[in-house]
Amino acid sequence: MTDGSGVTRRSPGTPRGLAELKFRDPTRARALSEALAHVVAAIGRAPVSVMHVCGSHEQAIARFGLRAALPRGLNVIMGPGCPVCITDVPEVDEGVALARQGVRIATYGDMLKVPGTVMSLADAQAEGGRVEVVYSVAQAVDLARRCDEPVVFFATGFETTAVATAAAVLRDPPANFFVLSAHKYIPPVMEIVAEMPETRVEGFLAAGHAATITGWGVFEPFVARHRLPVVVAGFEPLDILAGLLKLAELVRDGAADVANMFPRCVTKEGNRRAQEQLWRVFRPIGGKWRGIAHVPNGNLRLRDEWAHLDARRQFDIDLRRLWDHAPPALVDACICGDIMAGIKAPTDCGLFGRECVPHAPVGACMVSSEGTCKIWHQYGGHPDLALPAQGGDGAVCAR
Amino acid sequence: MCLGVPGKVIEVRDAVAVVDFWGVRRHVRLDVVDEPVEPGDYILNHVGYAIRRIPIGEIEATLALYEELLARAEAEDDLMAADVRNEMQGTGND
Repeated sequence: MTDGSGVTRRSPGTPRGLAELKFRDPTRARALSEALAHVVAAIGRAPVSVMHVCGSHEQAIARFGLRAALPRGLNVIMGPGCPVCITDVPEVDEGVALARQGVRIATYGDMLKVPGTVMSLADAQAEGGRVEVVYSVAQAVDLARRCDEPVVFFATGFETTAVATAAAVLRDPPANFFVLSAHKYIPPVMEIVAEMPETRVEGFLAAGHAATITGWGVFEPFVARHRLPVVVAGFEPLDILAGLLKLAELVRDGAADVANMFPRCVTKEGNRRAQEQLWRVFRPIGGKWRGIAHVPNGNLRLRDEWAHLDARRQFDIDLRRLWDHAPPALVDACICGDIMAGIKAPTDCGLFGRECVPHAPVGACMVSSEGTCKIWHQYGGHPDLALPAQGGDGAVCAR
Repeated sequence: MCLGVPGKVIEVRDAVAVVDFWGVRRHVRLDVVDEPVEPGDYILNHVGYAIRRIPIGEIEATLALYEELLARAEAEDDLMAADVRNEMQGTGND
């Protein structure tokens, strides 16, 4: 349902996700939900906040109405898990500046509408800039092969996606292919969020497929430093419930451990072949994540060995000329950063669903299909708020 | 997105596999997958690259999630289904 303001609303009593929810195994889902309620009750203080750092987890949680199956005392927050959203404004500006300087840009479709200081890549395209959407870095390489002019691949995404860029770099791309890397690395930002006093996160749910690459061992130093549990979980609704149950148990027991609840796909070492390529091509450096903070080792940049295809070193990217324009006024009111840090929810934002909607986003979180704001806008916000009772019988998935 | 999409390997030519995603055949690169991939295997595709070979025991559960998404998402504008369809576009037609 959509009212005049464009805000998607659900009618009380018919939470859409719950009505649509069909677990493959309703009995197991109910058992998990009830066990979760008991464990959270045993923790004895509310709310207990845990964070996931993956847009696909938020999509699955919202899409399948999982928050309706969670006990009231458990707060599951989406952290900085949307790669598009955390791409920093000056990084978008670099792509925009290159496009306006006449350089051909190839990038993932999600990046087009992400606001820069002055404009987005879509705006640059409307002005005549040549910005092409590719589904894969391999398509950007093909594009370069088919033409004589430079093609810059504006590379965004976390390590799972950076691995693909690394593979393309290692396969002798043509000399007119360049990479503008805005790739990010997740483990360091967990450290930052864990240290934010406002967030009060008591544990993390880590994304199964990203951990397929890095292995669950990557979280061990984090757990040792911060004394916070991390649970690796899959994306099936049952996988997520099982992951949250394990996480709640670790919180209850005060156990700072890594638990792998996705052992079918995730090993301690991860995909070594992918890691080897990733780190041969990229090195981690500190940099700002949009709206969040400076994240030491959070950005992936090309190593010196690949300077010949690093767009930052091969082009004179003129940001000053771009920044001569005044920034749009609404951006100041956007609370995207607080949302990604888990301090605020989309519904705390005065722009949400009003000035800021998917077809005219103000902040990056409303742009990407993995952005918290867009997910909540699509699936109707915070599903469990509409429910009168939690955790009781049949709160999950009976339908 | 980090969900990826599973597909069945039809054919392997060097570092590229022809993969079937619910009837749609696409090329998927095998540069980063760390296990040998053969016709009949299922792989998880992310931005045109296989990021892992799906263990046999896990294929059914993996496919179920996606089929659930795709079955009900034809008519509506669903973010997850749109992402899955996007992943199915692959790096090129067979």
